[in-house]
Amino acid sequence: MYPDNFYYTKDHEWVKIDGDKARVGITEFAQKQLGDVVYVELPQSGAQLEFHQSMGVIESVKAVSDIFSPISGEVIEINEELNDSPELVNEDPHDKGWIAEIKVKDKTELEKLMSASEYEKFLEGLEE
Amino acid sequence: MFVTNMIREPLIFEISGKGKRGFPLPKLDMSVKDDLLKSIPSRKDIDGFPEVSEVEVVRHFTRLSQTNYCIDLGFYPLGSCTMKYNPKINEKLASKKEFLLSHPNAPEKLTQGSLGILKIAEDLLKKITGMDAFTLQPAAGAQGEFVGMLMIRAFLEERGNPRKVVLIPDSAHGTNPSSAHICGYQIQEIKSNEKGAVDVADLAEHMTEDVAALMVTNPNTLGVFETDIKKITDIVHSKGGLVYMDGANMNALIGICKPGDMGVDVIHLNLHKTFSTPHGGGGPGAGPVGVVKELEPHLPLPVIEEKDGILRLNDNRPKSVGRVRSFNGNFLVIVKALAYMLSLGPAGLKEIAEIAVLNSNYLRKSLEMDFDLKYPTPTLHECVFSDKFQKRNGVTNIDIAKRLIDYGLHPPTMSFPLIVQGALMIEPTETETKKEMDRFIDAMKNIAQEAKKNPELLKNAPHVSYVRRLDETSAARNPVLRWRETPSEK
Amino acid sequence: MSYISLSEKDKKDMLSRIGISSIQELFRSIPEDLKIEKSLDVPDPLTEPELVRWMDGIARQNSCHEFLSFLGGGAYSHVIPSVVDYLSSRGEFISPYTPYQPEVSQGTLQIIFEFQTLICQLTGMDIANASLYDGASGAAEAVLMANRLKSKPKILVAKSVHPQYREVIQTYTRNLNLTVEEIEFSNRGEVDLENLDEKLDSETSAVVTQSPNFFGIIENLDKISALAHERQALSIVVVAEPVSLGLLEAPGKLGADIVTGEGQSFGLPLSYGGPYLGFMGCCKEFVRQFPGRIAGETKDVDGKRGFVVTLSTREQFIRRERATSNICTNQAWCALRATIFLELLGKQGIKDLAVQNLQKANYALDQVARVDGVKPRFQGVCFNEFVLEFEKPWAEIEGPLLEKGVIGGLSVAEAYPELENCALLCVTESHTKEEIDRLVGLLKEVCS
Repeated sequence: MYPDNFYYTKDHEWVKIDGDKARVGITEFAQKQLGDVVYVELPQSGAQLEFHQSMGVIESVKAVSDIFSPISGEVIEINEELNDSPELVNEDPHDKGWIAEIKVKDKTELEKLMSASEYEKFLEGLEE
Repeated sequence: MFVTNMIREPLIFEISGKGKRGFPLPKLDMSVKDDLLKSIPSRKDIDGFPEVSEVEVVRHFTRLSQTNYCIDLGFYPLGSCTMKYNPKINEKLASKKEFLLSHPNAPEKLTQGSLGILKIAEDLLKKITGMDAFTLQPAAGAQGEFVGMLMIRAFLEERGNPRKVVLIPDSAHGTNPSSAHICGYQIQEIKSNEKGAVDVADLAEHMTEDVAALMVTNPNTLGVFETDIKKITDIVHSKGGLVYMDGANMNALIGICKPGDMGVDVIHLNLHKTFSTPHGGGGPGAGPVGVVKELEPHLPLPVIEEKDGILRLNDNRPKSVGRVRSFNGNFLVIVKALAYMLSLGPAGLKEIAEIAVLNSNYLRKSLEMDFDLKYPTPTLHECVFSDKFQKRNGVTNIDIAKRLIDYGLHPPTMSFPLIVQGALMIEPTETETKKEMDRFIDAMKNIAQEAKKNPELLKNAPHVSYVRRLDETSAARNPVLRWRETPSEK
Repeated sequence: MSYISLSEKDKKDMLSRIGISSIQELFRSIPEDLKIEKSLDVPDPLTEPELVRWMDGIARQNSCHEFLSFLGGGAYSHVIPSVVDYLSSRGEFISPYTPYQPEVSQGTLQIIFEFQTLICQLTGMDIANASLYDGASGAAEAVLMANRLKSKPKILVAKSVHPQYREVIQTYTRNLNLTVEEIEFSNRGEVDLENLDEKLDSETSAVVTQSPNFFGIIENLDKISALAHERQALSIVVVAEPVSLGLLEAPGKLGADIVTGEGQSFGLPLSYGGPYLGFMGCCKEFVRQFPGRIAGETKDVDGKRGFVVTLSTREQFIRRERATSNICTNQAWCALRATIFLELLGKQGIKDLAVQNLQKANYALDQVARVDGVKPRFQGVCFNEFVLEFEKPWAEIEGPLLEKGVIGGLSVAEAYPELENCALLCVTESHTKEEIDRLVGLLKEVCS
């Protein structure tokens, strides 16, 4: 369920690294918790983000959730498709529902994040 | 099912037709000056504005009214809303022409009756709450919270430092942090303990000289009385902060104890909750605010005072936080609340709390085997169940709520407070009948059984209603917020 | 009077199920030292006949309704069709809660949807909300919204905006990073465009003007909005007398970005100032920053049309401290009355109503202008209110008029010291020609 090559945060974001680019989204667990996504407030292209800074907001019908940047760097691309089709976050949270791409400033920050198996264990702990 | 009218009523614009008219005016009794119109930017006829007859208007609204559930119809157990019966005599009294035709800008000597009503209402609220002074200006609880926080800020500013932070329990109503924010404060959350009450240790840790105030609801949104309230207010005061009490749940305390004795500095009340004024589908209400005498100079304008034998509106008070709305408050709402207080008297007011608490505990005891009660703590006028047991079969609090509609009952408050997942907050109020409460209990017990044996029935509820479950997702993704003549545009 | 519905047996059965012997046991969580020992020091209860007598007594101390009144200033005396009272007094409209369970609140929700549509049609905006508290707090909410959209620290407010609305804007903005500067009015009683031009800069989030303004004068909204937009500021238009929208061009067509105002004129009695009805409309691009509840159209599982509260993530119960407003309870029942009123009057009626106000007020102004000792203070065109300047202090005019059973107007010198000996008079469709002529006759006597 959770791709092995991704990194995960405690706030349910995932990161996929491709060279010095980091693609970011929210996890399957997060989209389920939120319910039907109705709107995504995307970050601005060019914005400089710090680790764990709020980079946007996801709205469902009855809830609002901040998206915390899992990595520091500059936002180089945003998934504009989410403007017309926010449901992509529900349908395909790990692929088509990606939110933004960030230029990685410091690869060592990834050490703070969880692997797929660590994240799955973390989720089990939450369910108790 | 309760709906008496299943005639699908169109939008008024859809029954509109050129030439129909609902209300003609007398003919203009003077000649028309044409040049007037030429000198101003005037419009052609308003596109799409309805043209219907009086008969159509009466039918339209009558039919629509019959698709509404209401207190006059049945049980309305919305927790934290205090949906009690709205006395009809109060509606009649508020329609007296001396009140309806009273202009807010009229010379004070012509409106001594209106001013008298406001003054007497203030006095009674002081006696009921033990606070030293009141303002009746705020139009609703949220505006009352805003006014209360403004006064706290003004008080601290006068002493050299307005401070930066307001502490709010994680069980609080959303208006609390929202109101504090507009006053320029940052919010810090205080945890609830395992009893569902304010965690006093967490409060003590957070209480510094940077904190302007604690906003506390008592009893809190779980219906739990903050037994440590004196300790709580002492902690806040010891570091020079003030205590704001959200008085939305005053229905449990009236005649039993007074916020003024608890160390509360500012409290707001909801006249459309505790004091029986009707909710009207979402207002108008009124949110009077009571304060200790140290904050009295900061009351919003205008303040009612007696001077030279007559009542006056004083708007010359240099320390006031200013005006928060036009004119003099939601006057007719205050008339109704005053009539209510006068009809009940001391014993009647106390009986409100006694029976509200009895009714709520009766419901709690009757349902505690069928639904999960997250906190075993004793509760007063409301209690919060959750959908934990039903979730085992994939049934959520929303499904339970929608199925209640099939039983001809209004659902309880959903999903609040946030500290209870899948919350169902039930508040019967003191005006409820035992028969109606038993009807609710039976329905809930049936639903609990249905959740085990036939969850699909609940997931597809309601089955028999004017409209069935509505698609709130599309409504938010593709908002259509008005009617248009040509449906092509949104 | 008690509204309790439990018999003695009911109470016994309930106590028995709970497993206690007295109600007092349920209050054990309240510390003994907090419990009130004596009963509340409030008057003994009144039965309905006694209550009626009591209210009659205090109501007799109001005499305003016995006078022929020419008061305006943000609260207007208009016709209220009997159908408005009849329909709005139904228990199904008075006693329900906010429509959070849409399946059992379609009446309330459809009516809100119709109200929103009517406001959009009147104001020329794309979106409207379900109501705000009143015109003054609406103006404040509009300012806060503009600030969220533009993030600039300055707001310009015309002095010709209702004084109480300006005070409320100050109250709401004082603790945020916002300064409010005022724009002067000209001798025509309109916004001084030169002064506006001077003060408008790149630090301005919005310009707030009112039309018809507090002096009753119709503003040049086109020019004001154009100036604002040149400097990337928003144009907020306040409408305290929305009957004017039956005749005047919609502010939306004159460049307004946000329109807000007071709906009391639409079927709400004067009521000593409340409850009234704030309304607000805006362009669709701004929807996410728009305050207040909104009803939207959708379908149910069977494909039937229905209405729901939507875009709730803007509101306090979800967004909490980051909400677009703290508003929860609004003025829904007042909006219901306004909706009935507007639908009853309809396209032709709202226009006729506006025309009659314009004509009667201007007839009055013409007649008064010929009286010695008094003259119109401003040259701009007025809708249904105008400011008169007297040669004597207003108190010397007001007093004798009151003795003759007439409330002549509202003194404006307290709010505008530069307008000494001036008063604001309002004439609506509710005044007959005879009544206007009577006022003019009395002014002739009193002003000489």
